Amino acid sequence: MDLKGLEPLSGTAWRIPPRGAMRVPAILYGDSALLREMDDKVREQICNVATLPGIVGAAWTMPDAHWGYGFPIGGVAAFAPEEGGVISAGGVGFDISCGVRTLLTGLPRQRVEAIRERLAEALFRAIPAGVGSTGLIRLDEDEMTAMLAGGARWALEQGYGRPEDLERIEEHGCMSGADPEQVSPRARHRQRDEMGTLGSGNHYLEVQAVAGIHDPGTATAWGLREGDVVVSIHCGSRGLGHQIGTEFLREMALAARQHGIELPDRELACAPLESDIGRAYLGAMRAGINCALANRQILTHLTREVFGRLLPEASMELLYDVSHNTCKEETHEVGGRRRRLFVHRKGATRAFGPGHPELPAAFRGSGQPVLIGGSMGTASWVLAGTREGEGLALSSACHGAGRAMSRHQARKRWQGRRLVDELAGRGVLVRSPSMRGVAEEAPGAYKDVDAVVEATHRAGLARKVARLEPMICIKG
Amino acid sequence: MSRGKQGPARWEHFHHQADIGVRGIGPDLGTAFEQAALALTAVITDPSRVRPVEPVTISCAAPDPEYLLLDWLNALIYEMATRHLLFGRFEVHIDDHALRATAWGEPVDVGRHRPAVEVKGATFTELKVARSPAGEWVAQCVVDV
Repeated sequence: MDLKGLEPLSGTAWRIPPRGAMRVPAILYGDSALLREMDDKVREQICNVATLPGIVGAAWTMPDAHWGYGFPIGGVAAFAPEEGGVISAGGVGFDISCGVRTLLTGLPRQRVEAIRERLAEALFRAIPAGVGSTGLIRLDEDEMTAMLAGGARWALEQGYGRPEDLERIEEHGCMSGADPEQVSPRARHRQRDEMGTLGSGNHYLEVQAVAGIHDPGTATAWGLREGDVVVSIHCGSRGLGHQIGTEFLREMALAARQHGIELPDRELACAPLESDIGRAYLGAMRAGINCALANRQILTHLTREVFGRLLPEASMELLYDVSHNTCKEETHEVGGRRRRLFVHRKGATRAFGPGHPELPAAFRGSGQPVLIGGSMGTASWVLAGTREGEGLALSSACHGAGRAMSRHQARKRWQGRRLVDELAGRGVLVRSPSMRGVAEEAPGAYKDVDAVVEATHRAGLARKVARLEPMICIKG
Repeated sequence: MSRGKQGPARWEHFHHQADIGVRGIGPDLGTAFEQAALALTAVITDPSRVRPVEPVTISCAAPDPEYLLLDWLNALIYEMATRHLLFGRFEVHIDDHALRATAWGEPVDVGRHRPAVEVKGATFTELKVARSPAGEWVAQCVVDV
């Protein structure tokens, strides 16, 4: 991206003043090196977001931003319903509530390394991953409706998980206001045998070691010790979320004009929050969030079963579960007054700081854990929300490394089998049904996650707590 | 860039930073849609590896050819996901914004097809259905994977 026309606010924040149809400024987080590497489309897309009706404050991008659909990936925008504010299917994306959860094992690295081949094989067998894989659970219509209303709480009632998991999930495991009636028969059909599946692409289950502590007080409070092993799961709402996204994107794009909305890009498809279609999408999208929470809960159960057999002394406590493709109703202080806003985070993680009333007691003092997924073979991070993050970007942070290279370029440059061997040589066991998929997800195809996290930390969006290194990666 | 066979009817992929663009080219609109569908399969696997044994009929209607392409690709994504099929051959008839088609394929065989990634949906990004100056029809969009 050309930095011309960007006003530096600090070493890690840049402002584009409103011009043309923009209603608010755009603010881009990241150091100059990260911004220069970003596609020009990121700038174009965030300026388009700034034109949408009822937008409040600014349109923000996180340091891992890249070219997305309508909204850039790594985009954050909030809308006020009483000012004609909109909700956008494009601003949430196809993979509704895609997110990351991390489980603590309480075991030292050596204990897991001693059986890592067996553990990798057992996890690969237990976790349905990749194209065409199906879960073990089939839901009838009534069960599907209960799942869409109940989220992880529903999963717990079915025997997947532990009661104490719920407070370690955003929304306490159940997104309120979900309206399962707004989820079409096709979306339900697409989910029929996909409960408890990982999916493909950048989704994964990783066994990781804590390889560096940056905030010893917070790390200790959260049970993260240098050298300990954790398990992270990255996936979303599967076919159900994809179908909700597909259907509402089309419907909102067609209805935009009749709501008096001029879309600079059809992919920004949106509707007023106070409209029938806006309310229908909100209800369906919230049901999609519950589907993702239930899905990660079932995968957690499968993971615990494997550890229960091979490493029964592992505690498998849930640290936290975060979603990074959502629109959530939240209260924020903007321009000196508290306002009820609908905050879209597309490839961005909520990062509530210390004292936030929605956080469970365990995180009141520290701020919420912000879980940043790496890419197979590179680090992941645990960050914490900050107080200043509220004023910077409505308590939002990055979500991962972000792609630097297309799947195409990656496939030309790397060969899956060779990559698996090379990573094994570096102590990372990769198990995947697809070697082409592995090549397309090569670590080198992503931005440097450490640089993204450093910029996030320096900007004050979230602070570094611990760095995680991969040991085993189950790739969809 | 991956490409199908050369000639008047052909497909190709085009660049998008996070995902992938599918493009079908043909002497008429129906052929361009058939080729775009082959490009969609090629995101997942080599289309020549898919045996066209099981037919599935698809019909959709849309206000314009671009929405029709979106609906066609999304219908294929839905059929692939719910039937666990991959498609290797397509026959498309388009008549006044209405599409009738048959897609032939077979159940996913992970060992033989080695599927790379599932497609979540077709998007408005780079969505275009138009005639090129040379008179060929081009049907394209980016798909989210």
